[in-house]
Amino acid sequence: MTEVLDLVPIWTVILALAVFFYVLLDGFDLGVGMLFGLASDTRSRNTIMNSIAPIWDGNETWLVLGGLGLLAAFPTAFAVIIPAVYFPILVMLLALVFRGVAFEFRFRDAENKTFWDHAFCLGSATATFAQGVVLGAFVQGFPVRDGQFAGTSFAFLTPFSILTGVALMFGYGLLGAGWLILKTDGAIQAAARRQGRICLVGVVTAIAIVSIWTPIMSPAVAARWFSWPNIALFAPVPVLSGMIALGTWRSLGGKVEAAPFFGAIALFVLAYIGMAISLFPMIVPYQLTLWEAASSPRTQAFLLVGTLFLIPVILTYSSWSYWVFRGKVRADVGYH
Amino acid sequence: MHFDPVLLSRIQFAWVVAWHILLPAFTVGCASFIAVFEGLGLATGREVYVRNSIFWTKIFAIAFGMGVVTGLIMPFQFGTNWSRYASAAGDVLSPLFAYEGLTAFFLEAGFLGVLLFGRKLVPPWAHFFAAFMVAIGTLFSTFWILSANSWMQTPAGYEIVNGQFIPTDWIKVIFNPSFPYRLAHTAFAFFTTTGFVVLGVGAYLLRRNRSVLEARTMMSMALWALTFLVPLQMVIGDMHGLNTRKYQPAKLAAIESRWDTAKGVPLTVFAIPDDKAEQNKFAIEIPWLGSLILTHDLHGEVKGLKDFPADQRPPVAIPFFAFRAMVGCAGLMLGLVLLGGWLRWRGQLYDTRLYLLACQCAIPLGFIAVVAGWFVTEVGRQPWTVYGLLRTAASVTPSLTGHDVTLSLLAYMAVYLLIYPSGVILLARLVRKGPLESSEAATSIEAGIAAAPVLAPAINVVKGEV
Ligand code: HDD
Ligand code: HEM
Ligand code: HEM
Repeated sequence: MTEVLDLVPIWTVILALAVFFYVLLDGFDLGVGMLFGLASDTRSRNTIMNSIAPIWDGNETWLVLGGLGLLAAFPTAFAVIIPAVYFPILVMLLALVFRGVAFEFRFRDAENKTFWDHAFCLGSATATFAQGVVLGAFVQGFPVRDGQFAGTSFAFLTPFSILTGVALMFGYGLLGAGWLILKTDGAIQAAARRQGRICLVGVVTAIAIVSIWTPIMSPAVAARWFSWPNIALFAPVPVLSGMIALGTWRSLGGKVEAAPFFGAIALFVLAYIGMAISLFPMIVPYQLTLWEAASSPRTQAFLLVGTLFLIPVILTYSSWSYWVFRGKVRADVGYH
Repeated sequence: MHFDPVLLSRIQFAWVVAWHILLPAFTVGCASFIAVFEGLGLATGREVYVRNSIFWTKIFAIAFGMGVVTGLIMPFQFGTNWSRYASAAGDVLSPLFAYEGLTAFFLEAGFLGVLLFGRKLVPPWAHFFAAFMVAIGTLFSTFWILSANSWMQTPAGYEIVNGQFIPTDWIKVIFNPSFPYRLAHTAFAFFTTTGFVVLGVGAYLLRRNRSVLEARTMMSMALWALTFLVPLQMVIGDMHGLNTRKYQPAKLAAIESRWDTAKGVPLTVFAIPDDKAEQNKFAIEIPWLGSLILTHDLHGEVKGLKDFPADQRPPVAIPFFAFRAMVGCAGLMLGLVLLGGWLRWRGQLYDTRLYLLACQCAIPLGFIAVVAGWFVTEVGRQPWTVYGLLRTAASVTPSLTGHDVTLSLLAYMAVYLLIYPSGVILLARLVRKGPLESSEAATSIEAGIAAAPVLAPAINVVKGEV
């Protein structure tokens, strides 16, 4: 095959979208899982769980696609990043196990319901924290030798990665609150509005700290942000974020049901874009570019053909599934 | 004590994948079985099918949920513990895994919600369609994962550039030499495993005199299916073995615990293989039979392990014994199926209590055979991850220390030892209730939204009377 076309940019976009879809979709359902732990009675817990029971599996599948997409399009990056975050990945996977089985187990295991309730809530919280830590470790960068991770398995653990871990918990909490406002009413919705405001404060604070800390920590990022004309181009990002945060705050206090969820999504989009423009074209920050880590053109081409065809099909039937379960949930028409 | 990250990573991989495979071994077959019940219910309107479908869907839901979360762990193992394997073989293998995600996992997940909770929210045909799609999804999954695994056993369609496998011909990669046999053998294994679960559950319910009509339907359908599956599985297994002899002779020698190349070799029924002394102790052998089975010729030549350098031989004991466990299971299965056929012919199938008890005890047979078979395959591939090309010891993540892997292995062990027994207890509880009781309780269920008719029995929904 002749190399007519450079597929790396296309794969970058696909992978970025897949990861982002994962963050949004599993983000709200992990967030719902955390808020589940704050609900006071069994009835509202049932409702909260039912709001995501039919769709969580599909949401988590984006994680598989994100992981495998990274392996397929950028195998070298996969081989560096995943070992570097060996333990956060382990913790995340095990937390997802507890959380995933809790959906079925808590309805079948009346005696141990409390245990599975905890498994669901703590599993969601732990998985979220671990993902945030992965993100923080990623932004910090990893030592690389001969295309393999050259650090130690505990190097990921720094104040910065702990901060991003906590930040993501607020972020997913906000998405989860937005989802619950959409899918429930009455007391549960009111609680979600209150919790959403707390999460929003947390998110905004965390974004602010991370935005100050990152350029201090990384000269490369600082150079990119503060050089001319970038500084003028990037200036709207914080302003826009502030405006969206304000709007979300107000909608959380009001009557509208969709605005908080979409406000939360908009905040995630901005933070994500901010990160992407800070790091581009690195896929292993400060070490490997997208092109250096890319798989062979034959691999990328072979997978691209199917992906371009299958993604729209997947989106179609996944939307159908969301459509079937549209509207508000109620505890009494619950699980099994 | 020395903690070897390679050995520990191998144990960890074996641990997580062996637990994972138990669930697909059941859910792949179960999904198809549910789709058949749904289809029959739709076509005939008979309640017995619908109740069975509802009953098995509940069991499926638990097993599938566990399959998903244990499966989620699997691709990350390639990164966490086998990163050099991932970067060396990633170009060839990762599209196969990715296609599994795109064609199978999304399909399953997208329609699972409707299958489990949507009975009242969509028309009956759409519910059947969802069941069908989930079943297809599980089969796509089997296709891709076995293609990837088979490529590691019998690599084809690649070139090696700078220590990396680069694909040259995708058709050859996907349909590599051992793939058709491994796919057929594994798919049949999964259907067989489900068949024995259904048969055993039916037998159990009959012994307790519960849900009699449903239980008879289960037993009857399962037994018919097994009558074809089990003998065919043995034939496919034989063909699979011939393929292994051609492409992985060292593995075959280990399976047979054969040290010296010879013609007209005996079949070793039992022995204690001794890797150091390169010989068998306490061997019980049947003359000529080895050559007859392995080459279909009394005088056929069979290669022995001594033909291979010592550092290119797999360990012998595990493949040897695991293979005998698998074939032993096949023998028991065949016995049960033949006996069942005879009893059915005499009209005594449903009330021969000893036979019902035997069927109940046979529930684990398929699972044992599946795990044993995989141990034959994977341990027999050693010391390679990509057969003959990439050593297991050269596949492991370089940054890992023995302590890292000890810690993660202990964590995986603790969690699986908590989750699996819990799952089994809950499944047993569902089985004990049986289809009748659980579908009465199931009438107020299965819907996610308030607009749906809350109390209409699911049966009526299926009949289209709501
Ligand atoms: C219900 C399950 C089941 C049953 C009854 C059998 N097998 Fe099997 N066998 C499997 C389930 C399985 C498996 C778990 O699915 C394996 C592991 C990998 C594979 O391809 O299939 C396997 C592997 C496997 C291999 C290893 C191939 C390789 O790795 O190269 C051989 C030679 C056989 N089988 C042969 C047989 C024979 C001769 C059988 C009957 C007499 C038999 N199997 C019954
Ligand atoms: C013969 C071996 C295997 C077969 C036939 C198989 C099949 C399946 C099936 C049918 C499912 C759906 C869940 C279920 O039915 O329980 C599943 C889940 C999964 N498997 Fe396996 N699997 C095998 C081994 C592996 C391996 C080695 C990996 C690692 C690459 C893997 C990765 C996954 C993942 C990620 C899921 C979760 C999918 C989701 O999120 O929906 N599997 N597997
Ligand atoms: C699902 C059933 C499977 C079982 C029970 C199984 C079992 C095992 C076992 C016991 C080992 C350790 C062998 C040894 O080190 O002595 C192993 C290793 C491994 N298997 Fe499998 N396996 C399965 C399927 C797969 C599949 C589908 C793949 C890939 C697509 C795969 C990839 C690997 C890899 C990468 C290793 C690690 C390296 C090695 O030790 O060879 N396995 N497996």
